[in-house]
Amino acid sequence: MFAPNFRYLQMVMSSEPLSFQDLILTLHSYWSEQGCAILQPYDVEVGAGTLHPATVLRALGKKPWKAAYVQPSRRPVDGRYGENPNRLQHYYQYQVILKPNPENLQALYLGSLKAIGLDPQLHDIRFVEDDWENPTVGAWGLGWEVWCDGMEVTQYTYFQGVGGIEVDVVSGELTYGLERLAMYVQNVDNVYDLKFNKAGVKYGDVFKEQERQFSAFNFEASDVATLKRQFEDMEIQVKRILATPNSLGYPLVLPAYDHVLKASHLFNLMDARGAIAVAERQSYIGRIRDLCKACATEWARQEEAR
Amino acid sequence: MAQLLIELFSEEIPARMQLGAARDFERLFGAKLTAAGLSFATIKAYVGPRRLALHVEGLPTQTAAVTEDVKGPKESAPPQAMEGFLRKVGLTQDKLKLENGIWMARIEKPGVKTADVLGEMLRDVILAFPWPKSMRSGTSTFRWVRPLKRILFLFDGQVIPFELEGLRAANLTEGHRFLGSGQALPVTDFDSYKRALADNSVILDHADRQAIILDKARAVCAEAGCELIEDQGLLEEVAGLNEFPVPLLGDMDPQFLTLPPEVIKTSMRTHQKYFAVRDAGGKMAAKFVITANMQASDGGAEIKRGNAKVLSARLSDGVFFWKEDNRAGNFDQWLTKLKGVTFHAKLGTMAQRVARIVALAHDMAPLLGANANTAAEAARLAKADLASHMVGEFPELQGVMGGYYADAAMLDPAIADAIRQHYKPQGPSDSLPDSAVSAAVALADKLDTLIGFFAINEKPTGSKDPFALRRSALGILRILRHFNVRVSLADLAANWYRTLLIYAGEGRSVYVDTENWRGSAGPRWAEGHTEVYKTYLEEFSQGLLESPVWVRPTDRDYDLDLMYEHVPNVPEVTDAVLAFRSYAEVGAEFEDFMADRLRVQLKDDGVRFDVIEAVFALKDGDVVRLTRKIEALETVLKTPKGDDLLAAHKRVANILAAEAKKGALPKAEPHALPGAPDVEIALIKQINVTRRSVDAALDQEKYIDALQEIAAMRQGVDAFLEGVLVNAEDAAIRNNRLAILRAVCDLSGEIADLSKIA
Repeated sequence: MFAPNFRYLQMVMSSEPLSFQDLILTLHSYWSEQGCAILQPYDVEVGAGTLHPATVLRALGKKPWKAAYVQPSRRPVDGRYGENPNRLQHYYQYQVILKPNPENLQALYLGSLKAIGLDPQLHDIRFVEDDWENPTVGAWGLGWEVWCDGMEVTQYTYFQGVGGIEVDVVSGELTYGLERLAMYVQNVDNVYDLKFNKAGVKYGDVFKEQERQFSAFNFEASDVATLKRQFEDMEIQVKRILATPNSLGYPLVLPAYDHVLKASHLFNLMDARGAIAVAERQSYIGRIRDLCKACATEWARQEEAR
Repeated sequence: MAQLLIELFSEEIPARMQLGAARDFERLFGAKLTAAGLSFATIKAYVGPRRLALHVEGLPTQTAAVTEDVKGPKESAPPQAMEGFLRKVGLTQDKLKLENGIWMARIEKPGVKTADVLGEMLRDVILAFPWPKSMRSGTSTFRWVRPLKRILFLFDGQVIPFELEGLRAANLTEGHRFLGSGQALPVTDFDSYKRALADNSVILDHADRQAIILDKARAVCAEAGCELIEDQGLLEEVAGLNEFPVPLLGDMDPQFLTLPPEVIKTSMRTHQKYFAVRDAGGKMAAKFVITANMQASDGGAEIKRGNAKVLSARLSDGVFFWKEDNRAGNFDQWLTKLKGVTFHAKLGTMAQRVARIVALAHDMAPLLGANANTAAEAARLAKADLASHMVGEFPELQGVMGGYYADAAMLDPAIADAIRQHYKPQGPSDSLPDSAVSAAVALADKLDTLIGFFAINEKPTGSKDPFALRRSALGILRILRHFNVRVSLADLAANWYRTLLIYAGEGRSVYVDTENWRGSAGPRWAEGHTEVYKTYLEEFSQGLLESPVWVRPTDRDYDLDLMYEHVPNVPEVTDAVLAFRSYAEVGAEFEDFMADRLRVQLKDDGVRFDVIEAVFALKDGDVVRLTRKIEALETVLKTPKGDDLLAAHKRVANILAAEAKKGALPKAEPHALPGAPDVEIALIKQINVTRRSVDAALDQEKYIDALQEIAAMRQGVDAFLEGVLVNAEDAAIRNNRLAILRAVCDLSGEIADLSKIA
């Protein structure tokens, strides 16, 4: 299954735990070997790697697709001012999408754990039911959270629907929580103590100040009225972009989807400020889902036509 | 006789679905076999994380040829009937025989080889398998719980040719994902199958896995001088997460023992599927039991280390929630939050529900001997913890956490207890609240749920009871009986309707339209204090019981608005935001529903069915009185006096029934007619004396005494009936004698309809 001169696998064999960046590089190499396009993070704030158009839109239509990438996830409400050893308002997910899901996806996945140094003969690796659902993008699937010694290291999903549309071809989606995985592999109790590389840089050196400032911004300094207005602007823009004629002769669904992502992040920011009353919550989520559904429907139509 | 073995090997099946899937597989395949005329000795399904298997013993290899004679149309029937019949049996008319004027068809069904029909059966069962949730995989449209990988299909030692979605049935299975050989394992029959799995670290039977887990988990605890806290639900779940269970005892960071034990236990159970452990003194120990699916090469050291770490992270969240939740002013903040939480779209917010519960608890507390203000305050705080972090994370800790937070806030212990206990009893095996204040809040909570859902016409039907209203009803009955709450069911429902006034608030008014007047209560209804206003309010409260109740939007700022005109023919209010059916309907339905639940409860207590029916016939809405009468009647019926009671009643009732057929019975009081025989005068006297003592006994609810007094009438009744002719020629005499009998009958009329006793 592996190329014989698999550089990062050899590094694992040398038994020193992977640094945070080597973990990423190892996964890149591994999934590259499996034929995935290795993409870079999407440049719009998202709450989960799934929202990258390379997953959420590519999961629609019949065309085969294989990709892997790292995606920063922003969860404003999870900020802890850099003081909680396990919780961050900005963290990384490693995302793999294989469409259609290969028959041996579980074996491929277990191979990736081995590659990063988790020996299944030493650990207790389990597939525990967890049917993934993302109501804001109207996506759902069946699968598991994968446990390694009781810790959830990956969300493993067979996509059944996206944007409120049942998929034509089922994709297999793997989402690794990179910090958590690295903490486990390095046997570290505090995320900020993670070795970022082998040259002595720690995770905290890179991100601690960011966590402090953004926690304060998310909880204290963001301006709710502005967020609210921007949310409404985005909502209008999505509809306008999809409806505006242009020289291509079909709706500009990709720019429209960017605006959906922005709306979704603005909602998360308002939520962190406690500005969303419980009764409003469903209505906001419904509005984002409707926008997302409009994009997904249009994208699926265009894919069909291409 | 031959053996059938099927294994459907797949990716990991959710633990919660496994036992149901095994039952379904057994039931559905068994039904197919039976329908095909294939008898069998035993059928058993097995289930685990990656396989669903079926083992059938004692199948014939061939079905017998069957001859069946089918009745057709009469000779005289029209030709269309014959055509239809011939189509049905697939024969021509010359093959039919005429017997006694009826055409008979003989249908020969040749025997078939069992092996030839099994494939179709399996296909049908797989394609229609009732998974609670199923999925597609890749480009296929086939649905299974998770991707299906292999099919093992053996009958009488041979593979049955079978293909589904590109999978070809074979004689192969696989062992444990990590502990097995990694090779496909050929098997020949059930024994070799079970052995091959055991050799490759798979325990096939769910029950065996449960037994192993329980056994070894107890053992690892005992070794450390501790004791496993058993949990059957968790045990079943864990047995569904393992093919080769290895219980290990992990160490928890003892600093977390400061958390309430319920939090530790729930966190372990919900998030991590660990069993909690208690120390020799019965306290929560700083340990936990993981059930690994792995015999690790290092003896489990890494697995324990990893799990302990995860648990620490989880419990750190618990500590965070605990600290956040215990901040000063917590209850008030939570109560504010409940204003934004919808309880049910047609029943308003949680805050409105709380307001109703407060009013109900305040009203009912004195009936339970509880202080009304304490009960009302407890009710006000009882639901607050629903807005806390901890209950948001662990909904099953509702009430429990509120109790802890109330203790931490130094609230009255009676209030803390009521918060803790007001969900009780949660089922027939759960205990009741242990104080009157707690019981008052528990009763108010359940009444609001039950009557509220009835008022919006969300009643249980058949097996569907999404709001668990039957459970609420049983809880209400148990509390009423145990705490001796003297109130009629009708009043309980009426109280709920009176609380609807609380819906009148900013932007909303409560509207009723009675036979004689209509009126609204506006946002300021609670502010009026004048005598006239109080009268208005009483009138309006009464109106809430006489009309459906609507909550309507309003932009006016007013209190009460009563218009002394009825608006006929306005069947519904179209702008209502909430609408409740009228008390007349709901109260009656509530009483019937409660009576049915009480019947069930009494039957479960072992009370005779006819005794229940005899007392229920009187429609007494006071549950306590009703059950006392039932107990008394049951007691008396067990004694010789019971025979007297029934004998006298039966004799009298029979005569009255016979005479009633001749015309309406007289309604007069019996009196001593001049020249009446002694037995008649004696019986009248006895009736008067007995009636006085029965009335006295009824006043004191001494139903046994009352029934015994009535039973003592037997001799007098017998003497009367033997000494006189009831159906005398003189109408005045006859009517008087019938009145005497009726008076005898009426003596027990306040307790039971004795004619229902078998």
